[in-house]
Amino acid sequence: MRIKVNGIEHTIDAPPMSRLLDVLRDDLRLTGVKEGCGEGECGACSVLIDGELTNSCLVPLLQLEGASIITIEGVANHDQLHAVQQAFLDYGGAQCGICTPGMILAAMSLLETHPNPTLEQIKEGLAGNLCRCTGYMRIFEAVVHAVRT
Amino acid sequence: MPRKEGVRKVTGQAQYVDDLQFPGMLHGATVRNPFRRGKIRGISFQPGVPWDEFTIVTAKDIPGQNYVALILNDQPFLADEITAHGEEAVVLLAHPDRYLVEEARRLVRIDVEALPCVDSLEDSIAKKEIIWGEDNIFKSYLMNKGDVDRGFAEADIVIEGEYETGAQEQLYIETNGMIAVANPHDGVTVWGSMQCPYYVHKALMPLFGLPPEKIRVIQMETGGGFGGKEEYPSMIAGHAALLAWKSGKPVKLIYDRAEDMTATTKRHPSRTRHRTGVTRDGKLVAMEIDFDIDGGAYATLSAVVLSRGAIHAAGPYSCPNVRIRSRAFATTYPPHGAFRGFGAPQSIFALERQMNKVASAVGLAPEEFRRRNFLHQGHTTATGQVIREKVDLDDLLFRALELSHYHHHRETFDRANATSRLKRGIGFATFMHGAGFTGSGEVALSSVVTVEATREGRVRILAASTEIGQGTNTIFSQIAADALNIDYSLIELAQPDTSTVPNSGPTVASRTAMVVGKLVEAACIGLKQILISSSLLSEAYSSQDFQRAAFDYVNQIGPLRASGEYKPPPNVFWNDETYQGDAYGAYAWAAYVAIVTVDPVTYEVHVDDFVAMQEVGKIIHPVLAMGQIEGGVAQAIGFALYERVMWNNGRMANGQMTNYIMPTSADLPPIRVFFAENPYAYGPSGAKGIGELPMDGVAPAILNAIEHATGVAFNQIPLVPELIMEGLLAR
Repeated sequence: MRIKVNGIEHTIDAPPMSRLLDVLRDDLRLTGVKEGCGEGECGACSVLIDGELTNSCLVPLLQLEGASIITIEGVANHDQLHAVQQAFLDYGGAQCGICTPGMILAAMSLLETHPNPTLEQIKEGLAGNLCRCTGYMRIFEAVVHAVRT
Repeated sequence: MPRKEGVRKVTGQAQYVDDLQFPGMLHGATVRNPFRRGKIRGISFQPGVPWDEFTIVTAKDIPGQNYVALILNDQPFLADEITAHGEEAVVLLAHPDRYLVEEARRLVRIDVEALPCVDSLEDSIAKKEIIWGEDNIFKSYLMNKGDVDRGFAEADIVIEGEYETGAQEQLYIETNGMIAVANPHDGVTVWGSMQCPYYVHKALMPLFGLPPEKIRVIQMETGGGFGGKEEYPSMIAGHAALLAWKSGKPVKLIYDRAEDMTATTKRHPSRTRHRTGVTRDGKLVAMEIDFDIDGGAYATLSAVVLSRGAIHAAGPYSCPNVRIRSRAFATTYPPHGAFRGFGAPQSIFALERQMNKVASAVGLAPEEFRRRNFLHQGHTTATGQVIREKVDLDDLLFRALELSHYHHHRETFDRANATSRLKRGIGFATFMHGAGFTGSGEVALSSVVTVEATREGRVRILAASTEIGQGTNTIFSQIAADALNIDYSLIELAQPDTSTVPNSGPTVASRTAMVVGKLVEAACIGLKQILISSSLLSEAYSSQDFQRAAFDYVNQIGPLRASGEYKPPPNVFWNDETYQGDAYGAYAWAAYVAIVTVDPVTYEVHVDDFVAMQEVGKIIHPVLAMGQIEGGVAQAIGFALYERVMWNNGRMANGQMTNYIMPTSADLPPIRVFFAENPYAYGPSGAKGIGELPMDGVAPAILNAIEHATGVAFNQIPLVPELIMEGLLAR
């Protein structure tokens, strides 16, 4: 099975029903992808598959032939943080950090479809990613500021 | 000031325990009692997996003592002859293939002969069956102030009320987990997700019969705690270490979400009964409070949860006569444990509902009734503690009501509700939260923090306080940079590792910034004095001067270290026998206001606006402080309205994020946070504790608002739509 992850081609030798989450974490050692619930509720395992925000715990490897996947490790350009990462850092969008990789990818995905989102669109756009630390307010703030930069 | 470990977190580089891999590592699993309280008759292993490849541990394999050291040491690591509840660990398994170990778990048969169970607080109180000690009571406290009977005799009106709160799951997004390496020669080392490395250290010593230097506990990046990683990690560390000890290989034991939700601790369910005596002009003259909590099957932390809940039960009001009776009972549920607020959210919920009831009975607006009874400087609390600091609850309440347009909304909602389909309401709560360990607790802990300068002139803080998202690393760095008058970027945090950091106590009780932060400050002042008295540094210096002086000191003289040790503030007195005296070094004070909409057709409640006004001393880091309050308010909205643990035969039946509902970004109102600053003399830079406070006042503010909207007094949380339906239909 061939997939592209963060711009690099990989040939994966794993059972076809392997969860993408496990392939990324165990086979490719991309541990920025987190498992929060294993049933598609929390969004901690979010990745972008061909640009689409997806819970990697729900996707079997066999559906991914030729897919291009972006994980949190592929978001910054070397030492240069992405505007969304920088905004999370500056405005307190990350606390314990476990939902942060998925939340940042969800925010990026939201800004792709809504470059100038309203607060309601931000709330809806991030509703699939659970955070227990922040009460989401600093995350909304970070997204609003990421738009401005 | 950016979060110290922030870049690692936003780039996915932060290392949590499940991100670690060790060569030859096995995966562990826990087999739990499949029934309820009972006698274990036998354990068998059904065919289907190659059992000879597995490491199998039962109570018989424990090299030392089979108890999780905490307060009473009554809980075993592995149930042996008797099992006390349906999620108790009985057998441990490990294998290199984590899918096979999961399959094997299903093939272990544990035969249990049922013993009678105690399914409710009522049954435990009634001694339907004695399951713990002589009377099912883990702990009780009686607190007396003044003469309550005389107070009731003087009262014009006496009002009674009963209030209940449910269990609540902490639901940190990173589940619990540990990795252990253990053998008789090197001892035991564990890496894991935890709040309190030295609790784990204390628990592993008797389990293996090893001296302190043979046990090493290392905290990895921890994905949220909220109390849920205070005591239970000791259990998981013990299990991983027992498997590692027997197999001779590293063992990783990570709970999946269902196991984490069903087997680990939750907030103690509670029932509070109030009897309140007031004069006709609305002065409190007698408060009698019975506060009971359900501790589950083992004592664990129930005694201290009870203590904090009882001390907060009479709130920020001045009443000359108070009697508080509190008891923690055993039931056959898995043990309940620490959760942000630690008993106070339960008793404050009851109190702030009761205060509205009393206000209405004496014909006063709830805000006016509270104004007539607020604690002021010089007044005494229920434990007889004289409030020495300045406190201005009138101002906090006034500002919170202004910011929420309380009076305007109250009127417009009253008018509109007469004809509108949706009913709107506004309500508030006023409350306080004591920071740090209760009573003589901080003296007993006698925490230590060390700071050391590296040759490069950087300063490393060595503390056992953990970063669990709340900002320990950042706050400590700020305090150190301020005390040393050097650049924030020169401060580093040592990873909490019991082989290198001193015991600065557990990361609980809103004590980290206020109590341990003060030790960071003291240690830094000591470090600076060493450099100045060695003449390597003058009184006025720059960051570069400091770096140069530290470099010279390390080269010419040797290691440059200084420590700060806990000293109680002066004039603090506490009596553990009578439960009277200075319960806490400092209190945070707050007034919270909620606006709600109740749908009388779907019975749903939506919180539309939330104002959180508080005084927590001086704010060290505004962004982190707001994040603490907002996160706490969100969690407390869940506690009030959404998060219901469904019990079925002694087990949590909804142990999934799908059917245990925590707030999402789409569910929450704007949470508007405001601080009134009043520096506390004994906190670093004037700071007081903040972390637990926002959990306390949210649920009563919301239920007070729902009563305004509907005219129905609901006194039970979580107030899910089914309960609202019952209440509205019974009207």
